[in-house]
Amino acid sequence: MNFLSNLISGLSLGSIYALIALGYTMVYGIAKMLNFAHGDIIMVGAFASIVFINNLGLPMILGVLLSIVVCVAVGVLVEKIAYKPLRSAPPLSVLITAIGVSYFLQSLAQLIFGTNQKAFPKFIQVAPVQIGELTIKGESIVTLAVTVAIMIALTLFINKTRMGKAMRAVSEDRQAAELMGISVNRTITITFAIGSALASVAGSFYGLTYSFIGPYTGSMPGIKAFVAAVFGGIGSIPGAMIGGILLGIIENMAKAYISTELSDAIVFGVLIIVLLFKPTGLLGKKINEKV
Amino acid sequence: MKSFFNKFKGLKKSTRSNLVTFALCLMAFGIVTTMVATGNATRHMKSLLVPICINIILTVSLNLVIGFLGELSLGHAGFMSVGAYAACLFSIRFEEMLPVIIRFPLAMLVGGLAGAVFGLLVGIPVLRLKGDYLAIVTLAFGEILRSIIINLEFTGGASGLKGMPQDSTFNWGALAVAITLFVVMNLVDSRHGRAIMAIRENAIAASAVGININRYKLMVFAVAAFFAGVAGALYGHNYSIMSAGTFDYNKSIEILVMVVLGGMGNIRGSVISATLITVLPEMLRGLADYRMLIYAVVLITMMLLGTSEKFMMLRYKLEPKRLVKKAMQVRQNRLDEEEARKNG
Repeated sequence: MNFLSNLISGLSLGSIYALIALGYTMVYGIAKMLNFAHGDIIMVGAFASIVFINNLGLPMILGVLLSIVVCVAVGVLVEKIAYKPLRSAPPLSVLITAIGVSYFLQSLAQLIFGTNQKAFPKFIQVAPVQIGELTIKGESIVTLAVTVAIMIALTLFINKTRMGKAMRAVSEDRQAAELMGISVNRTITITFAIGSALASVAGSFYGLTYSFIGPYTGSMPGIKAFVAAVFGGIGSIPGAMIGGILLGIIENMAKAYISTELSDAIVFGVLIIVLLFKPTGLLGKKINEKV
Repeated sequence: MKSFFNKFKGLKKSTRSNLVTFALCLMAFGIVTTMVATGNATRHMKSLLVPICINIILTVSLNLVIGFLGELSLGHAGFMSVGAYAACLFSIRFEEMLPVIIRFPLAMLVGGLAGAVFGLLVGIPVLRLKGDYLAIVTLAFGEILRSIIINLEFTGGASGLKGMPQDSTFNWGALAVAITLFVVMNLVDSRHGRAIMAIRENAIAASAVGININRYKLMVFAVAAFFAGVAGALYGHNYSIMSAGTFDYNKSIEILVMVVLGGMGNIRGSVISATLITVLPEMLRGLADYRMLIYAVVLITMMLLGTSEKFMMLRYKLEPKRLVKKAMQVRQNRLDEEEARKNG
């Protein structure tokens, strides 16, 4: 029974990672860059929810929805100011810029909200479900249900709509897509917007699970979600979902059965092993290097 | 004097540039030493001297990876921590047996070697990766090292390591800086350095002309990690307590900021920016809250100014040399016209 309840909380944590990993993997697939600041969008979203709900007194669900709008705005703004001018720059410069943006968001949040952690409002209250001896937390169920719904919607969007088709085209071959009349810049902006929205949802659930939010809250789940994206095969949307959920389960099991302090090290160990033996991840495509 | 200048001019361009860097460092060392000797340096200033040396070593060595090899390593603080712990444990063990003049250089060597061994350990698997993956794996290694150090007994665990002798002095630090500069500058100017830069420019072309990419990447990783370890040794012996929490991801980013500000692939720039970034926050106490924000803005603007097409065009238009040249051209044209009018 203990194993089952660990498995379920792992699933719930993993679905949060999966939401964040989706943003990483989409941006990586389409803009060919590692958006280091993606994790910090989670923190921006969580703080926005706190401000809307605690300070402005808005209804909880409205606050969470508005925080998504804030995250989309921040994500798109970051893309326009920092990443767009570097479209043709060497990858190293883009990576350093992204680290700079991540650092910028963290230190800005620290200046505004201080270093102390803030309590996150419990915006959803669901009674725990009892099955035999097994108790499942209400939040876990909601997190899982919403994540699954979002993943289905996203898969439909990518596969069935015109915009989704454009995204797949840009990720396959940017120049050819441009020649076919697809606006690459617009596609990339929309990708960032979707990624940030997902990160904001993830931020709300993260706050719900851990109850406290600080300026550096986003960086660890951000990096772990990147691990999840790589684990599943970067650029692959189903890969990010599977990778995120597996990683959440691995982390929770490591915490329960090995050591709490070493759980982060174990997660990173997974990353290194995956990259060494299967650099393209579980579902990633192999890309041949051309001269 | 004149023959000296002629000789200086006759040297290779890179040798000249290196000599200038050395001369600048020597001058700075001379000024600081006289200030300390004559009692003109405040206690506060003196406390900054060793950290400046540490940061210069860290920046120059990381610049080797970022600026010359063209790969981003976010685990430099990890190598530093390995060196720091190895050196401090060595010093604690041999404190009674060896005099400081033998003990401390040995401790720095131990720290450097420990760093280099871990540099190789990280480097061998990481060789298969590049770009974003390499950056994130070095970050992961740094974090793993930190969690392991916190969970070990003999490193003092989470409460930190205590009891190492306070051996770090400015003179030792300056010596370490001199050795670092000498090794890195000569490496960069050598045949190996050119091979490393060829890998940065185009790895496939480099391997096509017979450069062993793996060997050179490993070499750069090991050398950079060696000096990070030496810097760690200096760091550990400068404070009475050392905890693994200091060597986190933020420390690596701080070193990255120094490299980027000084210019990737520019060693003199690294020395200057490491000094500035160590001294400035202490001088401008009021800015302490904004320090991180300023680092972030520095990273972003340096990248935008340096590599974005739009800003490159703007910079080209505003370049002083070009403006001067243009002004001279305009003047020359006017003179020519006047000349022509007089004659005609």
